[in-house]
Amino acid sequence: MRKVKQSNVRNFSIIAHIDHGKSTLADRLIEKTGRLTDREMQSQVLDSMDLERERGITIKLKNVRLNYRGEDGEDYVLNLIDTPGHVDFNYEVSRSLAACEGALLIVDATQGIEAQTLANVYLALEQDLEIIPIINKIDLPSARPDEVKKEIEEVIGIEASDAPLISAKDGLNIEAVLEEIVNKVPAPKGDKDAPLKALIFDSHYDTYLGVIAHIRVMEGVLKPGMEIRMMATGKHFEVVEVGVNTSGQEAVDQLEAGDVGYVVANIKNVKDARVGDTITDHEYPTAKPLPGYKQVVPMVYAGIYPAEGEDFNSVRDALEKLKVNDASLIFEPETSVALGFGFRCGFLGLLHMEIVQERLEREFDLNIVTTAPSVIYKVKTSSGEVLEIQNPTNLPEPTEMEYMEEPIVDASIMTPTDYVGAVMELCQDRRGEFKNMEYLEETRVVIHYDLPLNEIIHDFFDALKSRTRGFASLDYEFKGYERSELVKLDILINEEPVDAFSIIVHEDKAYERGRTIVERLKDEIPRHQFAIPIQAAIGSRIIARETVRALRKDVLAKCYGGDVSRKRKLLERQKEGKKRMRQIGSVEVPQEAFLSVLKYDED
Amino acid sequence: MKDLAIYIHIPFCSSKCYYCDFISFPRMDGRVEGYIDNLMGEVALYRDVLRGYNIRTIFIGGGTPNYIDGRYIYNILKYIHKNFNCGGLEEVTIEANPESLDLEKLRIYNEAGIDRISIGLQTLDDRLLKGIGRGHSSMDFYKAYDLVRKVGFQNVNLDLIFGLPEQTLKDSMDTLKKATSLDVEHISFYSLILEEGTPMDNWHREGRLVLPDEDVERDMYHMGVGLLKAGGYEHYEVSNFAKESFRCKHNLYYWKLKPYIGFGLAAHSNMDNRRFWNHRTFSKYYASLNEGLFPIEGEEYIDKELEMAEYMIMGLRMIEGIDRDEFYNRFYVDVEDIYGEVLKRHRIQGLLDMDGNSIRFTSKGLDLSNLVYVDLLPD
Repeated sequence: MRKVKQSNVRNFSIIAHIDHGKSTLADRLIEKTGRLTDREMQSQVLDSMDLERERGITIKLKNVRLNYRGEDGEDYVLNLIDTPGHVDFNYEVSRSLAACEGALLIVDATQGIEAQTLANVYLALEQDLEIIPIINKIDLPSARPDEVKKEIEEVIGIEASDAPLISAKDGLNIEAVLEEIVNKVPAPKGDKDAPLKALIFDSHYDTYLGVIAHIRVMEGVLKPGMEIRMMATGKHFEVVEVGVNTSGQEAVDQLEAGDVGYVVANIKNVKDARVGDTITDHEYPTAKPLPGYKQVVPMVYAGIYPAEGEDFNSVRDALEKLKVNDASLIFEPETSVALGFGFRCGFLGLLHMEIVQERLEREFDLNIVTTAPSVIYKVKTSSGEVLEIQNPTNLPEPTEMEYMEEPIVDASIMTPTDYVGAVMELCQDRRGEFKNMEYLEETRVVIHYDLPLNEIIHDFFDALKSRTRGFASLDYEFKGYERSELVKLDILINEEPVDAFSIIVHEDKAYERGRTIVERLKDEIPRHQFAIPIQAAIGSRIIARETVRALRKDVLAKCYGGDVSRKRKLLERQKEGKKRMRQIGSVEVPQEAFLSVLKYDED
Repeated sequence: MKDLAIYIHIPFCSSKCYYCDFISFPRMDGRVEGYIDNLMGEVALYRDVLRGYNIRTIFIGGGTPNYIDGRYIYNILKYIHKNFNCGGLEEVTIEANPESLDLEKLRIYNEAGIDRISIGLQTLDDRLLKGIGRGHSSMDFYKAYDLVRKVGFQNVNLDLIFGLPEQTLKDSMDTLKKATSLDVEHISFYSLILEEGTPMDNWHREGRLVLPDEDVERDMYHMGVGLLKAGGYEHYEVSNFAKESFRCKHNLYYWKLKPYIGFGLAAHSNMDNRRFWNHRTFSKYYASLNEGLFPIEGEEYIDKELEMAEYMIMGLRMIEGIDRDEFYNRFYVDVEDIYGEVLKRHRIQGLLDMDGNSIRFTSKGLDLSNLVYVDLLPD
C-alpha cells in the first residue's frame, strides 16, 4: 500500500439528489484513478444492494480509496465516503460528512437544486466542509448550466462560476473534478501523536471477520494489537486488523490521523460499533469523544408477521440477521389476534421499513404480512402516567386517557412556483401548519410546514409527487410532540374487530379514513358463502360500513375430456390463493387486504 | 375387451365466435384436405394400441365439423371402422352450426353412421347472436333443424348459453321455452365463460361489456333448470339435460373418468393413468406423423391421489353424484377415509347432500362447486 503524507490526503463525500448522477460520477472517479479493472467495474460500484441498484438510491454507506497523481505531479490519496440519499438516514449522512473535509455537490444541469440536496448541504456546512459544486448531465439538450450556477450561488451562497461542467455518463471532464478535489478540499489536520480518536461512520457484519467498522482517524494512530474502547458504550476490544478499502479490503500496518479505513476487532454485533461513536485507546484514552454522537431512535413502527404457512422462527432468524448489520432496526415479539405471532418493528422511516420488508422477502425468501405503519404517540393517563404507544392495540380505554400527543416534523418542500397551490392544499389536507415560504429564484420556492409525522407516513411522498408531476422534493426533521385530538379507529370484519387493522388517527380524519379502509377492504376480501359486513368504528360508534355480498357463483360451467387438466390447473391456482389467506373468524382475508390499508387514498 | 370413447377434432370454422378459445382456424379451406389425410394417418398409428378396445362412442367436435365437406367426415368414420373394433358402437355425435348444415351433408352423416347431431344454437335472440359473433340467425336455425329431422335424426342436442352480454332473464327463458317446445332430445344449458384471451374477455376487462350480474345469472340458471325439468328433461349434469334415455353417452365417459382417445390437432386423450395431448400447430402435428410418430406434445401421469380427486370432481358434476360403491370398487378404499372431513364440512355448509350410498351437490352446491373442488385437490 502506497503511503502518502497527511497533506496529500483528501477526504470527501458526494452530495446529490436521487437521479442526479452521484453513483455514475463515483464510478467514473474510480475508473479514472485506475482502481478497478473493467471486469470489476460493474456499473455503480458503490451501490451494491440489489434494492439500491433498482431504485437508484444509496442506502448503505460505502467508501473507497483512490490513488491519484495530480497535475502537479504529486501522488494523492482521495478517500470517497458515500452518503445515503434519503431523509430516513439523515443521521448517517451527518456522520459520514463529519468524516470529511469537503463535499462535491452534484447538481443536475436541467433540474437544479432539490430539497434533499439542500438539507444535506446544510449538514455539510454545519460540519464546516468545503463545498465544491459540480454541474452534471451537461450533455442533455435541456441543460441550463448558467442558470443552475446562478441558483447555487443564490441559494447556497457559494461561488459556482468555476464549477466544472461534466457528464458523468459520458465521462466528460472527470479530470477537472479530480483536480478540484485536490485543490479545494483541505488536507486533514490532526495530530498523529495525540491519543487515538477515530469516528465510526458506518459498520457492517462480515461472516468471517465479525463487525467491520468504517472509520476516520481524527487523531493518533490505530494498529493491530491495540486495545480500543468504544466511548459511548464503554466496551473494549483488541484490534485484529486495520486496512483501507480499495477494490476490496486491503490490510495495512496502521491508520493514522487523517486516514479513512476500517478496523476489525472481534466485535460480534454492529450495535457495539455504533455509527457516530468514537474509538479511543483503552489504555491512553482521549479526554473527550468527538461531538455529534446520538443513538438513533425509530420513528415509525409496524408489525411484521409470518404469512400463512410461514414459520415464526424463520422470520425471527431473518430479522436477527438483518439487525446484525442494521443497528437502527429494532424488533420485539408481539401477538395479534388476527395475525398470530409476529414482531413489532421500529424503523427510521418509511423507506427503511420498505427496505427491511423487501430484504426479508428477497434475501430470505419469506412470505410476510406487514401491518399499517404507526408512529409513537404519547398518552397522558388519568393517573398522570405518560405512556409511549407504538401499537394502536395498546392504547388505553378513552376514559383512562387525559390527552394524547403526536410527533410533529418540520418539513421543507421545494417546488416550482406553479405547484405552490397544489402543495399547500396537500399540506393543509394533511393537517399541516404553514410556517413560511422562501423564494429560491423567480420560479422556485421552499415552503415550510409543521406536519404530523403520521400524515407523512401515509403516502405523503407519493401524493406530493403526483400533485407536482414529480417536481417537488421533500425533506423533514423531527420537531417535537404536540397535543392532538386523536382517536383509535377499529375495523370490524364480520362483526369482529381485527387488531391488525386498527389505526390511530386525528379525529377530523377518522371518518374519511374509515370510509376509505372499508371500501378498500370490500374490494380486497373475496366473496364468501355468507354476506360479510365490514365496519369502521370509534369505540362502539360505527362510522362507516360496507358489505361484501354473499358469493352466488363459483363454478366450472363446462368440463369435458380435453379440458380436465386445464380446469384442474385453474382450481389449483384458486387453492394456492386460498392458502395465502388469513383466517379471521370464518372469513378468509388475503394478504393484499392488509397492504391496502397501508395506502392513503388519493382522489 | 375394454370400452373406449373416441374424440375427433375438426379445427376449422367459418369465423371465430367472440367467446371461443378452442383451437380452430376460420376459412382455412386450403388446409382441410391435408389435415384429413394426416388425421387418418394418426388413426392408423393407433391400430395396434387400440386392438384390445371396444369403441363405444365417437364425438366429432371442433371448430365446426360441418364447415368442411361431408365426404371428409364420411371417410374418417369409415377409416375408424376399418381400423378399430366398432361393433359395439352406441353413439356417434357430430357438432354442427346451423348456417353450414344442408341436406347433402346430413345425408352423408346418416350414411356414415352418425346418429346424434349437436347444434350450436346458443340463443334464439338475433340481436344477442350478433353480439357474440355467431354466423347464424334464429331463422337459419329453424331451417337447419327442419332438415335434421327430415333426414331422420332422432337424437338432437341444442347447445345454449346464458349470461350473455345484455341478456335479460326474460331473454334467456324465452330461448329455453322455444327450445323445449321443439321437443329436442337433449339440451346443454351453459353459463357463459369468459376464457382468457378471447375478444369478449378483453372487452370485459376494458369495461366494454355489460354482463348480467351474478344474481341475475344464477336466477337464469335456476329458473332454467326448473323450466327444463317441467319440460320433461332430466337434469343429469351441471349444464346438461336429457329426455329419458338420451343422456350423452360420450360425455359420460369423461365424467366417469373412463378411457378416451382424441384424434386431431390439440386433442386430449386419457388412458392407463396418462393424460396426453397432441400438438397444437399444423406444422408440428404433420411433422410427427410424417416421421411415423405419435403427434403428442405433452403428457401427465395421473397418480392415484390425483385420480381420486379428479374422479370426485368429475363425478360430482353429475347430479346423481358419486356412488360410494363405485368409488370403492375403483380405488379399493372407502371415500370417507379419503375425503370424510372435506365432505362433512361442505355438507354442514349446505353444499353437499349425502345419504347411504351417494354423495351429490345440493342446488347451492352446484352454484359454488369450486369451493368443494378446491378442497378435494391434493395439497
